[in-house]
Amino acid sequence: MTTPNTTRTAGVTNPTGAARPEGAEPGPRTGGSGASHGPLRRLLGAQPLGLGLSLPYILFLATVMAYPLGYAVYISFFDYVFTAPGMDMDHPFVGLENYRIALTDPRVLQSFGNIAVFLVINVPLTVILSMVFASALNSVTRWAAAFRVAFYVPYVTASVSLIGVWMLLFSQDGLVNTILGPLAPEPSWLVNDALAMPSIALFVTWKQLGFYILLFLAALQNVPGELYESASTDGAGILQRFRHITVPGLRATTMLVLILSIITGANLFTEPYLLTSGGGPDGASTSPVLMIYQKGIQQGNPDVASAIGVMLVILVGVLSLASTRLTKER
Amino acid sequence: MNLTRRALGASALTLPLALATGCSRSPVDADRAATSRGPIRIWVSNNEQELAWGRAVTEAWNAERPDEHVTLQEVPAGASSEEAISAAIVAGTTADLVFNASPAALPDWVRAGGLVDLTTFEGGREHIERRSGPLASGYAEDDGAGGYYQLPWKSNPVMVMFNREIFAAAGIDPDSPGMDTFETFLEGSRQIVGTGASASALWPAPTSDFYQSWFDFYPMYLAQTRGRLLVEDGASTFDSPDGLAVAQLWRALYAEGLAPQEESTDDAMTMGTTAMQLAGPWAIATYEDQIDYGFMPVPSADDISPEETITFADSKNVAMSSSSENRLTAWEFLSFATSEDRDGELLELSGQMPLRTDLLDTYPDYFAEHPDYVDFADQADRVADVPYLSGSIEIWQRFRDEFSASAIFGKKNVSEGLHDAAEQIDPLVQKGAR
Repeated sequence: MTTPNTTRTAGVTNPTGAARPEGAEPGPRTGGSGASHGPLRRLLGAQPLGLGLSLPYILFLATVMAYPLGYAVYISFFDYVFTAPGMDMDHPFVGLENYRIALTDPRVLQSFGNIAVFLVINVPLTVILSMVFASALNSVTRWAAAFRVAFYVPYVTASVSLIGVWMLLFSQDGLVNTILGPLAPEPSWLVNDALAMPSIALFVTWKQLGFYILLFLAALQNVPGELYESASTDGAGILQRFRHITVPGLRATTMLVLILSIITGANLFTEPYLLTSGGGPDGASTSPVLMIYQKGIQQGNPDVASAIGVMLVILVGVLSLASTRLTKER
Repeated sequence: MNLTRRALGASALTLPLALATGCSRSPVDADRAATSRGPIRIWVSNNEQELAWGRAVTEAWNAERPDEHVTLQEVPAGASSEEAISAAIVAGTTADLVFNASPAALPDWVRAGGLVDLTTFEGGREHIERRSGPLASGYAEDDGAGGYYQLPWKSNPVMVMFNREIFAAAGIDPDSPGMDTFETFLEGSRQIVGTGASASALWPAPTSDFYQSWFDFYPMYLAQTRGRLLVEDGASTFDSPDGLAVAQLWRALYAEGLAPQEESTDDAMTMGTTAMQLAGPWAIATYEDQIDYGFMPVPSADDISPEETITFADSKNVAMSSSSENRLTAWEFLSFATSEDRDGELLELSGQMPLRTDLLDTYPDYFAEHPDYVDFADQADRVADVPYLSGSIEIWQRFRDEFSASAIFGKKNVSEGLHDAAEQIDPLVQKGAR
C-alpha cells in the first residue's frame, strides 16, 4: 500500500499517515509548534502561508473567470442588454427563452455541427500525431533540438501571420492548387463548404502540435527505459513496444491532451474569423464562439450569447468527462 | 472542505463583484450637464484625411475658446468602430462627441441610454434640418417627429468605379460604357473576363460580415426600387420582383466566375485583377496616382436615368455621448464643426460629401477645381441609408447569411434565399429586434 505524505482525518493532518485512534488527542505536528486548532486554523487551513501566497491568483481567477462565468449564467435567464451607466432598464426574467432562441437559430445549430466536424478531425489527429512524433523525437539522438524547435515554432507564432500564409497556400491560385492541378477542388478549399472546416481543423492541428508533443516528451521521461530493454530482449518490435509500453505509460498525459484539445477546439474563434473571412462560406466554418461574438458584441444580444456560452460549457464538460472515462485505467 | 472554508471561497468570488459594483462609473447628472461648459473630448476616424480635418477644427476652436478646450482622439481600435463605441458606451468612457457613428448601430446605442437627444439644445433641430434638408428625417426617431440622436454629417455615395484601361482592352468605351442596366452590366462583365482584359469583372468582399451587403446588393436594390429601404413600415421589402432582379444579377456574376467567391488577398483594383468596384468618393484619393479610373452610377434593371438613380449613402454621423459632462460646450462645438465653412474644409481635406443640401452650389470653387468629385456631389442629393431600426445589425446579418447562401454560393436559389431572409427578419422587426 502506498503511504501518502499526509492523510486527512476529520480535518486534522496526521503526518504519519496512521489513523488516529478515536478519542485520542492529536499529537504534535512534525516540524510544528503545536499550533492550536481553533476557528482561525479551521478557516485558513493547515498552511495559511500557502493560502496567502495563493490569494492573488485566487482573486485573479475569481475576477476574470468565476465572476464573468456566473454573470453569464445569470443573464442567460433574463431579457438583457448592456446599458450605459445610470440607465435604468428592466431586465425581465425570461426563463429558458434565450436558450430556445439559440436552439431554434439555424446558424447556432450549424455552428455546433461545425465544431463537431472540427473535433472529430482535430482531436484524434492531435492525440495520435503528437504521441507518435513525441516517441520519434524521444528516440532521435542527432538534431533532436532542431526537430523539436521545428514542431514548436508554429505554436509560438501568432495565428494571424500563419493564417496569412495558409490563405496564400490554399487560395484558388495558391501553391497547393497549382501542385494539384486538375485535382484541385472547386470551389477552392477555404470557400468550399465541405472542405472549409476540415481545412481549419488541419491548420489548428499543425499549429498546436508542438505544445502537445512537448507534453508527451515530458511524460516519456517517466517511462522506465528498462521496460523497453526487457521488451526488446523478449523480442518485441517497435510497434509492440509502442503499443504495450509507450501507450499505457502515457495514459495520464493522453487524457490531458485529449481534454485540452477538446477545450481548445471548442474555443475556436481566430481561425474561422480570419481564415474563412468571418465564418464563411455560408456559415460552413462558423464556430459557437464566433456566434457568441456576433450575438453578444456585434448584435447587442448578450443574453442569447450567454445562453450559447452556457451550452458550450456544458458540452465541453460532457465531452471532457466522457474522455476521462474512456481513457481511465481499468 | 468544511463550511468555513467554503465561506472563504465564496467571499473570494463575491469580492470582485463587490469591487466591480463599487468601482462602476456613476451616471452623469443630465440636467447639470446640459448647461455645463468645459473641456471635452472628441473621437474621429483614424484615416489620415479625417484626422487632418479634426486637427484643423479643434485648433480653430481652441484658439477662440481656451477655457473649453477640445481634445482630439482617434476612435479606439477594434474589429469595427461600432464595437469599440458600443463597449465604451457600456463602460461610460465614450468621448463627448463621436464623429464616426454608424447609423446602423445608433438606434441600439439610443436604446442603451448612451446618447443625448440633440433637439434638447436650443436650435438643435433647426440646425440639423436646415443643413441636411429632407434627408435628415431618415436619421431621426419617428422619421423626424421625435428627437435626433445623431447629426447627419457626411456621406459616401456608392457608385461603380472602373479601370478605364481594362475597359478599353475589353472593347468597352470608357467614356460611355453603356452598362447602366442589369443586362448590359452583365454583358459588359462577360466581355471583360471573356476577352482576358481582367481576371474578374468586379470583386466585392464575398464575406459574411453584416455590412458587406451595403456594397453589393443594397446600392443596386436602392437604385432599382428608387430608394426603398431594406425594411419599411415594420416589414422587409426585398422579397419582391425588384429584390429578386438584383439578387439574380449577383448570382449570375458569381455563378459565371465574373465575381470571385474568395476574398481578395490584395487590393484587386490596384493590382488590375478586377475591372470594377463599388466605391464612394474616398476611392479617388486612394487610386488617383495608381490607376486611370472612371465612375458610373450603379445599374438598375429598368434603365433608370443617372439623374434619377438613388444609391447607398454609407454615411457617418455625429453623436453626443450621455457620459458627456459639458454638453453645452459639446453642442456648440458640434454646431461649429458642421458649419458651412467647416464642412467645406471637410470636403477639401477628405473628399467626403457633407450631408447638406446643394453641395454643388454651396462649394462651387471646390468642384471647379476637383471635377472628379462632381458626380459624387450630384449623387449625394439622391442617397438612402440603412433603415432606422433597433437590432439593425442582427437584421443585416440575417440578410447577409441568406444572400451569401443563395447569391454568392448558390446553395439555394435566390428566390428561396430572399424569402428565408424575409421570414427571419420580419419577426425581428416586429419585436423590435431583441
